[in-house]
Amino acid sequence: MKPIIKVENLSKQYSIGGKKEPYSTFRESLSNTVRRSTDVFRRTKKEAENSFFALKDVNFEVMPGEVVGIIGRNGAGKSTLLKILSRITEPTSGKIELYGRVGSLLEVGTGFHPELTGRENIYLNGAILGMRQTEIAKKFDEIVDFAEIEDFLDTPVKRYSSGMYTRLAFAVAANLEPEVLVVDEVLAVGDAEFQKKCLGKMKDVSVQEGRTVLFVSHNMAAVKSICQRGIMLKKGELTFDGKANEAVDFYMQGGSDLASFQEWNSEQMPGNDSIKIRRAAVYAAEKSVGEPILTNDEIIVEIEFYNNIDRGNIDVTWNLMNVQGIHVAHIGTVCAQDGLARGWHKTTGIFPSNILNAERYGFSVSFGRNQREIVLHVDDILVFDIDDGIQRSGSSFHKLPGVIHPLCSWKTNATI
Amino acid sequence: MNLTAKENPSAVNAAVSTLQNPANSYQLPEKPLVVIEPSRGWIPIDLKDLWQYRDLLYILTMRDIRVRYKQTALGALWAVIQPLFTMLIFTLFFGRLAGMPSDGIPYPLFAYAGLLPWTFFSNAVTNSGNSLVGNSNLITKVYFPRMIIPMASVGSGLLDFVIAFGLLVVLMFYYGVGLSINLLMLPVLVFLTSILATGVGMWMSALNVKYRDIRYALPFLIQLGMFATPIIYPSSLVPDKWRWLMWLNPLSGQIEAYRSAFFGKPFDWLALGISAFLTVAIIVYAAFMFKRMEKSFADLI
Repeated sequence: MKPIIKVENLSKQYSIGGKKEPYSTFRESLSNTVRRSTDVFRRTKKEAENSFFALKDVNFEVMPGEVVGIIGRNGAGKSTLLKILSRITEPTSGKIELYGRVGSLLEVGTGFHPELTGRENIYLNGAILGMRQTEIAKKFDEIVDFAEIEDFLDTPVKRYSSGMYTRLAFAVAANLEPEVLVVDEVLAVGDAEFQKKCLGKMKDVSVQEGRTVLFVSHNMAAVKSICQRGIMLKKGELTFDGKANEAVDFYMQGGSDLASFQEWNSEQMPGNDSIKIRRAAVYAAEKSVGEPILTNDEIIVEIEFYNNIDRGNIDVTWNLMNVQGIHVAHIGTVCAQDGLARGWHKTTGIFPSNILNAERYGFSVSFGRNQREIVLHVDDILVFDIDDGIQRSGSSFHKLPGVIHPLCSWKTNATI
Repeated sequence: MNLTAKENPSAVNAAVSTLQNPANSYQLPEKPLVVIEPSRGWIPIDLKDLWQYRDLLYILTMRDIRVRYKQTALGALWAVIQPLFTMLIFTLFFGRLAGMPSDGIPYPLFAYAGLLPWTFFSNAVTNSGNSLVGNSNLITKVYFPRMIIPMASVGSGLLDFVIAFGLLVVLMFYYGVGLSINLLMLPVLVFLTSILATGVGMWMSALNVKYRDIRYALPFLIQLGMFATPIIYPSSLVPDKWRWLMWLNPLSGQIEAYRSAFFGKPFDWLALGISAFLTVAIIVYAAFMFKRMEKSFADLI
């Protein structure tokens, strides 16, 4: 059988300058031109230093009907790969041959306009995703049905709850009919029930309709359950290509580096114009960073960041996931009651002891504003192990089953 | 961004026909539908791709129209207020105080007839010049021919033009100026002005992605442009010797032609011809510039 997608020696190079300073001014490009003409040698050296490969020599093929999960840590190149596949950005070298139409869903609700009603947004979003108007009209009822928003069709979407918004957006996208569907992390939003519904829909798309799906996710449980094949990227290179289960295991073990402590220099700090992160760490109370964390330790998680939204109502939210991809906890705080000043801050949280089971965990962090809008989100910023801290005499050396392992008090009384 | 995407027509048809009977029967075409690889140099404009996305152009235009006057108290009245008040001020300063000639037409009417297409043009260029940056969320998340964005911004200004034209008709009745057969040229002129605005707007929008200077330069350039175009003064005010210089501004020939259309005066076909030629040259140049810069939009924006 012939592949439907053929990726050959695909590379994408970004110059760090170009990425960090998203736009330039005439003055800068004028002065650059002058410098270039006067100092040819330094330029070549400088360019090499200031660029990095988001993707490097990636090769793979996808057969029609395959459901492929693409996994890897942040910055591994997953999103870049999807962006090239969706023709949003060009590769620096290499090529991709597509033998089918590609529909991409890199974000839920791309192009939704808050002032327009649900009905108007269905048509708008559908057209943006490449559907003809007649096609949307035909699918209209199905979309409304899936999104469960019949009563709010003529309400502007700015009055929607975030759940309704997400449902509507996914419903439109789920009704796309390309041969290849490219999906990026869209399931990170929405409630559990809806996530299930979306996963179900994606399974239908592949199993019943025989379409090819490329699916990027940090949700390993989802990758395991809907993908047959897994591709792992690490620092722009393809490091694993095989069965989805094996890819997930690979990712869990060696694939993802443990990182209980991370620190960045000013060039590499994750963030944007609003928030920049300098340092993040997770460690046991009364121990130092890097020492093993035990189940009966209090766990301290802290983050140092620069807040550029003066007097902004900023909150920090940590999402704790375990290796099975189960979302264990959602914790966080508002940083200051009356707005957080511009500048460097450190937020520290203490997670009580004797709750988490011995397991490998990943923390994602989100910075929110006014508890409504997410300003910055970094997945798997910390990856760490918790070891069993209770000296059990006797039988089991193995980790106990279960997501949590609370310390309970027990007694046994004689009864009549 | 289909800069490099060479589509193969027979393959597209094959794909489309299998889509009509879905399920597992998709036949892979012999040749790839799309080849994605780095592009270099000048890229041809893919009109077929644009045509396939025509619904998006319509829907984005409708979006801009619907959203424009949402939550404003006066709503579409704004389409009239802008040229009307400018006309009143100009009438006071240039018509009354400075005694500007106006080719025998009452000055308020003369000024309004120039301001009507000018307002359309300047709003269209401003809106489309800022349109790519304003729609960065679309550009970084989904593929479609990027040209549609500046085009839609021009299209949405047409409604304002129609509303403001209504006021012109009222003014003409008030001043006792009748409509003439020349008005039949109006659709042609509106088309020409739209093309010109699309060309300039598209070019500005692409530059704006890379050089945010455009955002500041544009209002200023438009202000200058108003004085370089016969809006508050008739082109007959310019000495014959220098008149050709005036026709190098493609909008000048069009504005004069609008007045001829409204007031039943003879057209200056030479001026209009030069203007049409320059308009076509500008849109072709702008389209190629746009294609060339398009590939870096998603990375720069």
